[in-house]
Amino acid sequence: MSDILLNIKNLHASVDGKEILKGINLTVRPGEVHAIMGPNGSGKSTLSEVLAGNPAFSVSEGEVDFHGKELLALSPEDRSHEGLFLSFQYPVEIPGVSMVNFMRAAVNAKRKYFNEPPMSAGDFLKLMRQKRAIVELDNKLASRSVNEGFSGGEKKRNEIFQMAVLEPRLAILDETDSGLDIDALRVVAGGVNKLKNERNATIVITHYQRLLDYIKPDFVHVLYKGRIVRTGGPELALELEEKGYDWIKEDNR
Amino acid sequence: MNNDKEKNKPENKGDESREIIDDVTGGEYKYGFTTDIDTDIIPTGLNEDVIRLISTKKGEPEWLLDFRLKAYRHWLTLEMPKWAHLDIPPIDYQAISYYAAPRKKEGPKSLDEVDPQLLDTFNRLGIPLQEQKALAGMAVDAVMDSVSVKTTHREKLAELGIIFCSFSEAVKDYPDLVRRYLGSVVSYRDNFFAALNSAVFSDGSFVYIPKGVRCPMELSTYFRINASGTGQFERTLIVADDDAYVSYLEGCTAPMRDENQLHAAIVEIVVEDRAEVKYSTVQNWYAGDKDGKGGVYNFVTKRGLCRGDYSKLSWTQVETGSAITWKYPSCVLAGEGSVGEFYSVAVTRNRQQADTGTKMIHTGRRTRSTIVSKGISAGHSQNSYRGLVKIAPKADGCRNYTQCDSLLLSSTCGAHTFPYIDVMNDTAIVEHEATTSKISEEQLFYCNQRGIPTEEAVALIVNGYAKEVMNKLPMEFAVEAQKLLQITLEGSVG
Repeated sequence: MSDILLNIKNLHASVDGKEILKGINLTVRPGEVHAIMGPNGSGKSTLSEVLAGNPAFSVSEGEVDFHGKELLALSPEDRSHEGLFLSFQYPVEIPGVSMVNFMRAAVNAKRKYFNEPPMSAGDFLKLMRQKRAIVELDNKLASRSVNEGFSGGEKKRNEIFQMAVLEPRLAILDETDSGLDIDALRVVAGGVNKLKNERNATIVITHYQRLLDYIKPDFVHVLYKGRIVRTGGPELALELEEKGYDWIKEDNR
Repeated sequence: MNNDKEKNKPENKGDESREIIDDVTGGEYKYGFTTDIDTDIIPTGLNEDVIRLISTKKGEPEWLLDFRLKAYRHWLTLEMPKWAHLDIPPIDYQAISYYAAPRKKEGPKSLDEVDPQLLDTFNRLGIPLQEQKALAGMAVDAVMDSVSVKTTHREKLAELGIIFCSFSEAVKDYPDLVRRYLGSVVSYRDNFFAALNSAVFSDGSFVYIPKGVRCPMELSTYFRINASGTGQFERTLIVADDDAYVSYLEGCTAPMRDENQLHAAIVEIVVEDRAEVKYSTVQNWYAGDKDGKGGVYNFVTKRGLCRGDYSKLSWTQVETGSAITWKYPSCVLAGEGSVGEFYSVAVTRNRQQADTGTKMIHTGRRTRSTIVSKGISAGHSQNSYRGLVKIAPKADGCRNYTQCDSLLLSSTCGAHTFPYIDVMNDTAIVEHEATTSKISEEQLFYCNQRGIPTEEAVALIVNGYAKEVMNKLPMEFAVEAQKLLQITLEGSVG
C-alpha cells in the first residue's frame, strides 16, 4: 500500500544468541509521529539498530516493508539512501575526520545511489550553512572532527543536523533526550519539529514523557520484553509518567 | 515464508564487507611496469674490481675511489644487523649487479638527447621532464637505476646560487663541496648498509642552498628501479647554509617482480645556523604480492645534522611500499636551540614488514624535538615503531614530545613499539604517548548508517587518523599521498 511508509510484521531479532525482539508489529504512515516507550532492557534500542541494519544483530524471523522495499534485504547504506535515518543514542567519535568531509561523503554517496553527480563544493557549503541554523550549531562545527570532543548536547544536535542534511523519509530518534538539559532539549526537539512534514515520519524512542512535551506523538507504544504490549494516543505517555512501568510489568507477567 | 533468506542477513553483511576488503587489499600496484630499454649493466658480484669499475664508469677522482674502497673493506668486517623486528631472508650480495644504467649518448645536456623512452617512463609515473611541461614550482632530479636521467629547472635555480644536480655531476663540478660533506653525517662506519652504500653508491641528488637563500620551489628526486637483478644504492646530500631554507621531496617506485630487489640508500643533511630543511618522502617501492613474493628491501640510513644554532630539520614520511623497510630518519641536534621533527605514516599490508622510526640525539642546549608516528597495519603484516630519544649530559633545557599511534585493520597483523629513552641531563622534559586502536564496528556502522559504504568509510577513517602527518606534506604531495593511502588501504578491515 502506498500510504504506508513502514510496515513491521512479526519481527524477531537477537544479539549474541539472545533473543531480544520477540515479534514486533508496527505500521507507520507518512506524517505520523510514533513514540516507543518502555522500561530499560525492553528492546527499544535493539529495534532501532535492527531497522538500521547493524550487523551485530541478527534477524531470525519477520518482514519489514519500507515504502515498497524489502528493508531487511538492503545494506545499511542502502537503507540510508532509501530514507531511513537513525539518530544514535551514543554517537560515535571519528577522530581526524572533519564534519564537512564526513557529510560530503554521505551526501555524495546518496547522490551516487540515485545516479546524480556529486554536489559542487559551493552548493554543499551552502547546504551545510542552511541546515546548521535548524539546530543552532555554530560554524566551527564544519572543521571539527565528527563528534570528537562534543558535549552531550552538541552530539545530539549534531545528529539532528545530519538528519536535516539527509532529509530522511523515516527518522528514528533513539533516546535523543538522554543527557540533555532543558535548553538543549528544546533546541533538538525544535529541530525535529521543523523537519516534520506530511511526507516523512518520525519514531521517537524514549524512556521519559519529557521529550513528548516537545515532540507531540500521534501514537504511543509500550515495548516490554521484546513485544509491543500496549498502543494508545498521547494520553498513554502521561499515564506512564504518572504510574510508572510497574503496572505494565504486572499486566504482562 | 522468506525467513531463511532473511535469517542471516545482518551477519552476512559483515562477511561481505570483509570480502570486499580482501579484494581491494590486494589492490594493483599501478607503477609495476618495466621499461624495455638498452641497459648497461655490469656482471653480478661484489669485490674491489667491481668498485673500481663503478668508479671508472663514473669518471671519479682518486679520493672518491679511496673512500669507496675503505668503506668496502670495512663492510667486509660487518654482519647484517639482526636487532630489528624483521624477518629478513638471507641476501646473497654476490648475486646482485651493482651498476645498471640506461645506455645513452654522452651525458644529456639538452632534452633532445634524453632517450624518448625514458621521458615516456617518467611521464607514466607522473613526472614530466620536458622543461615546458615540467611541474611548476617543483624541480625534479629523475634517477633510473644507477644514474640520474635529467634534472629540471637547473638554470633557474642556478641564478640564485642554488646547486641542484645529480650526485655524479656534483662530484665533477663541485668536488670541494662534496668532499667536505660526504660522510660527515653518516660515516661509512655507521652501519652495515651505510658501509655497503658508501662502497657502491651510484647516483642520487646533491643540493646546496647558499647563505640567506630561500629556495623558491620544491626540490624533488624521483627514484625508479627498472633493471632486474640489480640493487639501487643512491646517495643524497643536502647542505643548507646559514639562514637558508629548502623543502625537498623524494618519491620512489619499482616494477613488479618475483625477485627481491635491494635498495640501500644514504641521505645526509647538514643544516647550518638558522637554516631550515624540510625533507618529505613518499615511499612506494613495489611491496611484493599478496603472499609476500617479490618486492623491494628498503634498508636506508637517513640522518641530518643540525649543526647551526637555531637550525631546524623536519622529516615527513609516508611509507606504503617495500616488502621490508628498515629506516630511521634521524636528527642530531647539536646547534643551540635547534629543532628536529619527525612525522611518519607507515602502512603495511599483506606480508609487508616495517621497522621504522627515528633517533633524536640532543647534544646542544635548549634543543627541541617532536616525534609523531602513525602506524597502520593490515593483512598479515608486521609494523614496528623504533625510536631513540637521547639527551647528552651537557644538553641543558631540552624537550622532546613523542606520540606513537598504531591502528590495526586486521586480527592477523602486528603492531609493535620500541621506544628507547636515554636521558643524561636532569633538566630535560621528555614525554611519550602511545595508543593502539582498531577501526571499530561502531564507527563503520555509523558511517554506513549515514550512507557511506564500508570501503569509503575505512578510507575516511584512516585519512582522519593520518591527517596530522599528511598535513605536514607540501601541497604538491599531499593529494597524491592521500590517494596513495586510499588505494593502498581501501577497505582493509578484516
